[in-house]
Order: sequence, then structure tokens, then C-alpha cells
Amino acid sequence: MECQRCHKNDASVHYTQVINGKKDEVHLCEECAEKEGYMDFSNQHLSMHQFLTSMVPLDSAFNKSQSIKPETTTQCDYCGMTYGEFRRKGKFGCSHCYESFSSYLTPLLKRVHSGNTEHVGKIPKRIGGNLHKQREVESLQTKLQEAIQAEAFEEAATIRDQIHQLKQELEEERKGGEA
Amino acid sequence: MSLQDFIDDAISPWLNDGGEDNDIVLSSRIRLARNLDKVPFPTSGQEEPLTKVLEYMEQEFSGQSFNGFKDFQLAKMSDLEPIEKRVLIEKHLISPNLAENEGSGAVLISKNEQVSIMVNEEDHLRLQIYYPGLQLKTAVDTAFEIDDWIEGKIGYAFDEEKGYLTSCPTNVGTGLRASVMMHLPALTMTNQMNQIVPEINKLGLVVRGIYGEGSEALGNLYQVSNQVTLGKSEEEIIQDLTSVVRELIDSERRSREWIVQQSGIQLEDKLYRSYGILSNSRIIHSKEASKCLSDIRLAIDLGWIKGVSKTILNELMVLTQPGFLQHYAKKGLSPRERDVFRAKLIRERLTMEQED
Repeated sequence: MECQRCHKNDASVHYTQVINGKKDEVHLCEECAEKEGYMDFSNQHLSMHQFLTSMVPLDSAFNKSQSIKPETTTQCDYCGMTYGEFRRKGKFGCSHCYESFSSYLTPLLKRVHSGNTEHVGKIPKRIGGNLHKQREVESLQTKLQEAIQAEAFEEAATIRDQIHQLKQELEEERKGGEA
Repeated sequence: MSLQDFIDDAISPWLNDGGEDNDIVLSSRIRLARNLDKVPFPTSGQEEPLTKVLEYMEQEFSGQSFNGFKDFQLAKMSDLEPIEKRVLIEKHLISPNLAENEGSGAVLISKNEQVSIMVNEEDHLRLQIYYPGLQLKTAVDTAFEIDDWIEGKIGYAFDEEKGYLTSCPTNVGTGLRASVMMHLPALTMTNQMNQIVPEINKLGLVVRGIYGEGSEALGNLYQVSNQVTLGKSEEEIIQDLTSVVRELIDSERRSREWIVQQSGIQLEDKLYRSYGILSNSRIIHSKEASKCLSDIRLAIDLGWIKGVSKTILNELMVLTQPGFLQHYAKKGLSPRERDVFRAKLIRERLTMEQED
């Protein structure tokens, strides 16, 4: 269908207006619709993020058992954002909001990230060697299991030694920290 | 400004350097979302702390270089003309969202335009790096180096369990969005994309058209990217994405062979007609231009059209966007005038190729 106004582009805005009982159908292209003032298309496109975050239900089960509503009572003590505001915007106010709203976040994160709730990737350098080493131990333990399953016992022995070494280092750091 | 200068200006220098499978994958992009600890996110709308972030970034990084990325220049959104912003958006160096942040929004761009760091977009920092062809691994490794360089001067908001904390819960964890721009004319022509896209979505990846709205992909250009950022390491994300992209490359190649076998002369005719349109038309809408540009690019890949450079598709797709056209015309243009100007620009560009 072509646009009724410019007769050039395809009509993508279909609009029925009823004035004093008289029904009129209008078919326009986006450009003409915007010019005629029917609609403002700038910023109209729903982003994937908005779509995903608006999909999350308001923890209905949780609300039923509680007489107080988390939307207004749960507030981030750092930036002042309420849980309700977060739900409307779909965006946090500051990094502390993650802690402030932590009890409601798990179902949301699970939905958005295919069931995952814990970070396993890059770690900032300043966090220190401790966490890096812990993560390495975890990843080596997985590798060790794989090696045993594959009956690659020589490789498994090497991995076991590496784990042992890292654990010792972690232990020493902990003692050092206490002293 | 001569047309050549203008194109040098339109096409980021990094785009011209090959890369793997660059007949189908035009570019690879890595984006990392990072925030400063103890500062409200840009989404909070608190101007004062955000202005401080901007000032700090300007002071620490403007004019700096890191490895091959020389001379980062900071541009504040408040200092740019609407048309200049539009051009930066069309070159994918900033987002429309950043362009609207007149208060504290800015961007740091490396001289070769391969790296851009958006300041106070949805997150305090959004680091982007582009590579030609399929080079996600190289891109992510380099992005990490730059990330460490920035981190040397900034304390990132990070949680041991949740990872890098971002303004939107869809980015938390790695804060990584890896994407590749692909030219898939044969899969589109044979209607296979409609079946492939839902399958790819099931894997936690997203496929969408780069230009055009909704499911429409102008110029048969698609962007494939990861959706999940939590619970997967950056390496896993890249591996998953790369393996899907390789599948797509293989399918596209097989489909091209099949079409050529089935209807060689018809296809050749269709593609040459598009060449004819672009070489001769006096008025052209962006939709028709994108379609014809995609056809020419396919004809180049199939070895039918010779002497026209491969980058013509990416180049003219950017060049014929409304912002660029008006930048080149040095004035505002009505949609009708744009169509005339676009046709002229494409003709000139194609003539230039033949002279070379």
C-alpha cells in the first residue's frame, strides 16, 4: 500500500480516526506521519534491553507472602533509587544497587543470562592475586576431573601438583594477612 | 574537500586491511562496559559527579597513546554540531544515546578510529574496538590490554560474584558484547535467514539487520552478537560466537555456489543490472541503493565485476546515510534532495574506481 500523502513510499503507519461518528482510515509512510504530527518516531524503537527487563515479573510469589511492597520500601542507601524505580527504568542508579536489591535480582539475572548468576570471566588487576588464584584453582579442578575421566593420568598428576602449589600460596597469603 | 579526502574521512583506516574470511565477514567488534566505583551511573542523571568523570577522563587520556593506538582525542557532545554527531553515529564511533547526552557525554577516539571510548553513555565507560574480517580473538585480547591500561588510572566497579557492574542488568558480568558484521546475500535470497535466525537465538546469540528497521536487513548486512554476559567467560563467549559465524560463512558459501549452478546467467544479469542502476541513476532511495550495493559486492566476490574494490559496500553504505550526505553537501537536505545527491555521489565514486 502506498502512502496517501506522498504517493511514493510504502505506508507503514495505519491510523483510524473517528470524528463525530465519522470513521476515517489514514495510511501514511513514517516520514509523512511525522510531518503531519501523527507520531514521533525518534526514540520509538524498543531496545533489546528494555524488552528483556520489562519481561521480568514483579516477583509475584514474594509479594503475596509479604504485606509490604518492595517497590517503595527497598531503597539503595547509596544513590537513593527505590526498587520500583529500577523496575520502571530497567537500569540501576549506581553499583551499590546490586547489593541493595540483591534479594530480587537472582530471578531477573537468570532470565536474562540463560540461568546464570555468577561471573566467571576477567577480573580487574587491582582485586589482587588472591581471587585470580582462587579462580585458577577452580578451573584447574575442572580440568583435573576431565583428565581423570579421559584416563590421562600423567596430565592429571601435573594438574594436581599445580593445584597443590596454588593452594599453598593462598594459604600463605591468608596467614600473612592475619599477621 | 575533494571526494577522495571525504572518503578517507568516511572510511576508518582500519577497514581497509583484510582480515580472515573478509568476503563475508566485514568487521568484528568488541565492546566492554565499565563503570567507576563509588560514582552514580550516567542513568541516574546526577550531572555533577558525571561531569567529574568527564573531566578526569579528559585530563588522563586526551592526547595519550597506547601501543598502536595513537593520540586519543576527546570530543564533548556539547561541542559538536548535530551533523558531526550524526556522522560519528553513522561511522559507529558513538551511539545515538551518547549523542543525546549534551551534559557530560564525550568520546575518546584513537587516530586510526579503531578504538573509541564513550564516556557517560549508559555506563561511565564503553570501550569499543573494531577489526576487519573475522578476528574476534585478536580483538578481545587487544581490548583487554586497553582495559588494563585504563584500569591503571581508574577503580572499576566490580563484584566477585556478579563481575563488572553495569547500569543495565543485561550487561553485568563480563560487560562484553562481541559482534560481527556479515554480508549474507545468498542466504537472504534463498529465504534461509528466516529459518536460521530463530535457531541462532536459541543459542543465546542475537542476529539483526545493521541498517534498516525490524527484521529487515538493508544491504543484506547482518550483525551477530552475544546476548548473555554472565556465567560465561569472555573466551567461551568468543568461541560460541565464532563457531556460529563459521557455520554461517559455510552456509553462505554453499548457497552462493548453489545459486550460481542453478541460475548463473540470471544471477549475473541481476547483479549487472544493479551495477547499471548505480552507474546511471539520477535519483536513488537508500533502500534501492543498499540492495544494488549488496549486488555489486556479490558480483565482485564471484569474480564477475573486476576493478572495483571490495570495500565499496561498507564504504558506500556509510557514505550514503543521511548524515554523511549532508556533511558532504555542507548543508541540510530534504529527503528528495538526498536521493538526488546520493545518486550523484555513487556515480562519482564508481567512476573514480574505473580511473584508478
